[in-house]
Amino acid sequence: MKKIAFLLILAFGIFGCSSDDDSQQEVLGCTDPQSLNYNISATKDDGTCEYEVLGCTDPASSNYNPAANTDDGSCIYNKNVTFNFTQNWDGQSVTNADFNNTVYTNESGNFLNISKLRYLISRISLQKADGTTVNFEEYKLIDLTDPASLNLTPALMASTGDYTGISFVYGFNEADNTSGAYPDLNAANWNWPSMLGGGYHFMQMEGSFDDTSGAPQPYAYHNGTARVSNGVFEQNFIAFDFNQNFTITDDATIEIKMDISEWYKNPLLWDLNDRSVDLMMNYLAQKDMHRNGATVFSIGAITQ
Amino acid sequence: MKERSRKIYFLLMALLAIGLFPSCSSNDPDIVEPSEEYVPTPKPLTVPPIFARLLPPPNIPADNPQTEEGVALGRKLFFDPILSGNGTQACASCHKPSNSFTDDLQFSVGIDGIAGTRNSMPIYNLAWSINNKLFWDGRAQGAEIQALEPVTNPIEMHNTWENAVASLQSHVNYPELFKKAFGTNSITKELTAKALAQFERTLISANSPFDKYVLNEGTITPQELNGFQIFMDESRGDCFHCHGNENSPLWTDNIFHNNGLDAIITDKGLGNVSGDPNDDGLFKSPSLRNLAFTAPYMHDGRFATLDDVINHYSEGLVYSRTIDPLMKAVSRGGVQLTASEKADLKAFLLSLSDPSFINNPDFQNPN
Ligand code: HEC
Ligand code: HEC
Repeated sequence: MKKIAFLLILAFGIFGCSSDDDSQQEVLGCTDPQSLNYNISATKDDGTCEYEVLGCTDPASSNYNPAANTDDGSCIYNKNVTFNFTQNWDGQSVTNADFNNTVYTNESGNFLNISKLRYLISRISLQKADGTTVNFEEYKLIDLTDPASLNLTPALMASTGDYTGISFVYGFNEADNTSGAYPDLNAANWNWPSMLGGGYHFMQMEGSFDDTSGAPQPYAYHNGTARVSNGVFEQNFIAFDFNQNFTITDDATIEIKMDISEWYKNPLLWDLNDRSVDLMMNYLAQKDMHRNGATVFSIGAITQ
Repeated sequence: MKERSRKIYFLLMALLAIGLFPSCSSNDPDIVEPSEEYVPTPKPLTVPPIFARLLPPPNIPADNPQTEEGVALGRKLFFDPILSGNGTQACASCHKPSNSFTDDLQFSVGIDGIAGTRNSMPIYNLAWSINNKLFWDGRAQGAEIQALEPVTNPIEMHNTWENAVASLQSHVNYPELFKKAFGTNSITKELTAKALAQFERTLISANSPFDKYVLNEGTITPQELNGFQIFMDESRGDCFHCHGNENSPLWTDNIFHNNGLDAIITDKGLGNVSGDPNDDGLFKSPSLRNLAFTAPYMHDGRFATLDDVINHYSEGLVYSRTIDPLMKAVSRGGVQLTASEKADLKAFLLSLSDPSFINNPDFQNPN
């Protein structure tokens, strides 16, 4: 008991002495060395200690954290993505300037030119590394004679970050391929006859080729729903799903390439002398287009 | 006395300032002229149900909204020969309501008795001319531009715009009608064209038997239905690629094609406008509505009857370098329809004609 009392007295003595010795006033401030504003000379904590809050500190970002004071590099931004549809013949660029003028040789050895190329792409989506997807709602009727149709910038933006894949549908999938549902496509006469299953064309590729005697003959390579028999139809769209690692850091342009020569060769060798016109109601022709279509599209440059 | 009037003056000013005398403002010369404030009565187009369901909204230029007064003025102008050089010919001379706003001649004849080289065109559904390229060769971009042309065309109304505007300006009614339509009585050719375009956009045709059939409000005959199947069949008519279908009720793609009329192209059509030889002999696909009233047919009116047209597609196609690939049976002269297929196709085509359009009282001569 006595001992304790003594210690207490001693403690008081020391405490009192030290302040007396410095002959200084008490310094208010943050006294926690773990804080951001630790004041080494503070003698008395006044409750002002501030601690690090990690997060995104850029108000322009989509995940701005007003409470954060230390940027941890996690800011995410929404960026415009533009899809740029380009066409080539085995690597050689094809534009409407080539229409009627440039002669191509397909795998079967047919000499042909192109006077029309229109096709439909829908359901474009981007797969993110975190497992989420960005699903764009727009569909696009690409028409080489209309330069504006070669680009699509969907209303929805994509967030910055790592991505692992790009997918889209050539044509319309079964649910989307509803007769008469799209006013702009109706006005463009893009409809596929109801007797062939209805909905819309997926592609119209037309031009002329030289037949075996060298005379020009028309071809109309039109693709859409396949008619099996009266009233029986088979879906014919192609869903593409490309593994593609890329990072979106800014407004980005993604090139989607069509290699037109692939429609004629892979896996099926297409000879225009055998199949040039009246292909829409030809079930086998429609399914062969579907098979050859699988290697027609690829992802080109991604720029930002 | 002086003191008193000053007091009244201040009182009045105060009242004015707090807006108790709003009517005074129009008398104040510093405030906007009444004509600039004047707004004609908006009169949006009545979109027919089948268009509302299947087509994009009508395309109206932002600087020429449809108004009651504008349409009324345009209608009066359309039927008035005042725009022509000698006061004998109106737009309606070559664009008659009873012919679905074309005429029944191969080549229309202008005021000097000289015939042109193109068949007059019917006028309807202009607000859905999706690329807005008017004339057979697409050379006029929009109705406001198009309407400037016939007045000065030497083989049509053969006038000058100075003269046409002067005639309108000195007319007893027109200055007032322009004021009602556009808020100014100072007439210009641009305002004249705007009024004409507003009237032309009201000429909407969407009430044929086939329209009613599509809307489930009417039926068509088995023959017409069979004709429609031929129209839609790629190996028989294959007309739908250029001329619409049941979900594309304009019955035209509004695009330019060479449909195999001539081996040697004399009228270059679109090629004259674009300068591209690949466009030589290409003309705008006409809509197939109202064919019952629009003979003769084609850009040069060469076919007097629909039978002639169908025979052309069936066995009369001729090759030229720019022929459309969809004229795919050209090596055989055409798709070779049988006599009954031809009759059915014709019956179907006629089911696209709309008598209520040509008889619409709003579209007749108001003068
Ligand atoms: C002498 C006969 C004549 C007169 C008068 C005339 N037109 Fe025409 N119109 C034609 C002909 C012929 C064409 C087709 C010409 C061509 O394509 O080169 C035409 C074409 C048109 C077209 C294009 C329709 C389309 O679908 O592309 C419109 C619109 C039109 N005229 C409006 C008018 C107006 C408005 C007037 C009065 C200011 C008028 N026309 C006076 C003969 C006439
Ligand atoms: C490749 C596109 C195309 C196809 C397919 C086509 N047409 Fe045409 N059609 C046109 C063009 C272009 C014209 C105008 C040509 C001209 O005047 O030089 C026209 C003109 C017409 C006209 C004249 C209309 C008028 O007002 O003068 C009729 C009728 C017609 N087509 C019916 C048909 C029918 C029926 C079929 C099917 C058997 C058919 N067309 C197939 C493009 C086409």
